[in-house]
Amino acid sequence: MTERSRPRLNIGAVRSTFAPWADPAATPLVRFENVVKRFDGETAVDGVSLDIYQGEFFALLGPSGCGKTTLMRLLAGFETPDSGRVTLAGEDLAGKPPHRRPVNMMFQSYALFPHLSVERNIAFGLKQQGMAKDEIASRVAEMLALVRLDGLARRKPHQLSGGQRQRVALARAIAPRPKMLLLDEPLAALDKKLREETQFELMALQQQLGMTFLIVTHDQEEAMVTADRIAVMRAGQIVQIGRPADVYEAPNSRYVADFIGDVNIFEGTAQFADGTTVRMASAEAPGGFDVIEDDLLEVGATAWLAVRPEKIEVHLDEPPPGPNRMAGKIEDIGYLGDWTTYLVELESGRTIRAARANAKRFVDRPVDWDDKVWLTFARDAGVVLTQ
Amino acid sequence: MAALAPFLWLCLFFLFPFLLVAKLSLSDTALAIPPYTPRIDWSAGIAGLKTFFAGLDFETYARLTTDRLYVAAYLSSLKFAAISTGILLLLGYPLAYAMARCTPAVRQALLMAMILPFWTSFLIRVYALIGILKPEGLLNAALGFVGLGPVNVLNTETAIYIGLVYAYLPFMVLPLYAVLERQQHDLLEAAADLGCTPFQAFWRVTFPLSLPGVAAGALLCFIPMVGEFVIPDLLGGSSTLMLGKTIWTEFFANRDWPAASAVAIVLLFTLVVPIVLYQRQQAKLMEAGR
Repeated sequence: MTERSRPRLNIGAVRSTFAPWADPAATPLVRFENVVKRFDGETAVDGVSLDIYQGEFFALLGPSGCGKTTLMRLLAGFETPDSGRVTLAGEDLAGKPPHRRPVNMMFQSYALFPHLSVERNIAFGLKQQGMAKDEIASRVAEMLALVRLDGLARRKPHQLSGGQRQRVALARAIAPRPKMLLLDEPLAALDKKLREETQFELMALQQQLGMTFLIVTHDQEEAMVTADRIAVMRAGQIVQIGRPADVYEAPNSRYVADFIGDVNIFEGTAQFADGTTVRMASAEAPGGFDVIEDDLLEVGATAWLAVRPEKIEVHLDEPPPGPNRMAGKIEDIGYLGDWTTYLVELESGRTIRAARANAKRFVDRPVDWDDKVWLTFARDAGVVLTQ
Repeated sequence: MAALAPFLWLCLFFLFPFLLVAKLSLSDTALAIPPYTPRIDWSAGIAGLKTFFAGLDFETYARLTTDRLYVAAYLSSLKFAAISTGILLLLGYPLAYAMARCTPAVRQALLMAMILPFWTSFLIRVYALIGILKPEGLLNAALGFVGLGPVNVLNTETAIYIGLVYAYLPFMVLPLYAVLERQQHDLLEAAADLGCTPFQAFWRVTFPLSLPGVAAGALLCFIPMVGEFVIPDLLGGSSTLMLGKTIWTEFFANRDWPAASAVAIVLLFTLVVPIVLYQRQQAKLMEAGR
């Protein structure tokens, strides 16, 4: 992983004061050291090293089968690593069964006990800790209020809606005040609207409790919205770790650029690089690409330029010739209300995605199907990738 | 019309015989063979019906309560059924649990082993048990081989328990297996995650969730065992007191059909409670869709 230092990076919603990972003196709460896990010869986790800090909302993001759930289960104790070490608060977790680990998990299926009422589900872990009865009662009441389920204490899980069940699962997992909460695809079963609401609730809850959250998800939006940092995984390995804006605006590979959000990737050859600018020749753009980039590229090397659709401007009038300019024809238009996505067929035959925020209700001349258009983007709009 | 068919079937093969037995139980005791009084005098019309109903009485039932033999047989039947059900639970639960937890290939083999004896006649299997349990049988031969015994098992209560447990084991294991096999594995992971050792997880999650299976298995065994006839008759010897045997004796040895019918009716009503319980349990399972 290369940490890119781009002074102009828009760091978006990141809590800029919270960055324990950047503090060399900080000790991580959880540390994975070269962890390997195989199932029947298939390597699910392939040499992962990862630090997660107290108070962080950390996301493991990747497609299904990338090993993210296995990594979480290694921390919960449901799997044991074939090699490597997992430590929690400095303590090696090797040989420690799940019931003795101070982490709790919220299961993708919720795994609510069907024979127990909501309150007894929430009290389950507390009882197991040997907590006094009145203390359990007050903690359960507190949890019910926290997840806004007061009044449903005596319901059984099958009498609840999907969203309510999700809250019970959450309350049950945080009730014993674990050192860390593990969330395995916590919102996958909810519909879109509820999922978006719950993402913000999870963030608020994490802030309120000051608890460390580790979320496993395949939904990049979920990871982007909730997490302080995201680890993007592929085939058992971590490809990039960074804040949401880092992985979106400064992906370190075509895989990450493509996995997170929409992207246009142009292949080209480096013609010039001086540590501030890279110039690339490409079949896609007659004027080549001119990009602000501090990486030094070897002249003649193949590189890829990744440009997000929303950073590409669509012009109906021909702009002056120069770099970062492509001509094409509107092939398709996707109107989403807040955004409009244009699919533009370049002269080379490639189709490029450009997106525009619909900031105004009325425009003089809307872009239409089959319009001849020119696409341009700024010198700092794209990222040069070498892998 | 099609909806009426099962109803007619039930009337013909359940309600009609039941009414016949009920009538017999209310008739006057007489030696030998039917008809038993009162009879309906069809020629007298309504008046004949009236005389008929006036002639029915609970005399036989009264006799059942006063004769200690019937009370003893009744209690003894309940005892045999209850204790056997307990033994079946203790044996069947671990068996069902193991079946639900093992690999699919082993599970298939175990299920097959459980069901295979059913392809043999029940009577033959009971006779085989006699062959094992009799004084010069396989059991004593085996015991003698290791320098123990001989034991006298046949024609004792122990033999009845062995027979009942052997014959009814699948009826206990299969419902238990069904609920245990359906249980989500992630519930156990959740329990472990919340601080349960595997043993605690069993008692706090697995066992309570298997209670419908326990109830179904227990009732499925208890109900027919109360009225069981063949096993106590063949394995328990002549002195065994059980309702099934009592009914047989009254019918075929004493030729006292009203008494036999009354015992049968009492047995039926005793079992109505657990049968209704069982039906409700099943309905609940169906409703839960699990």
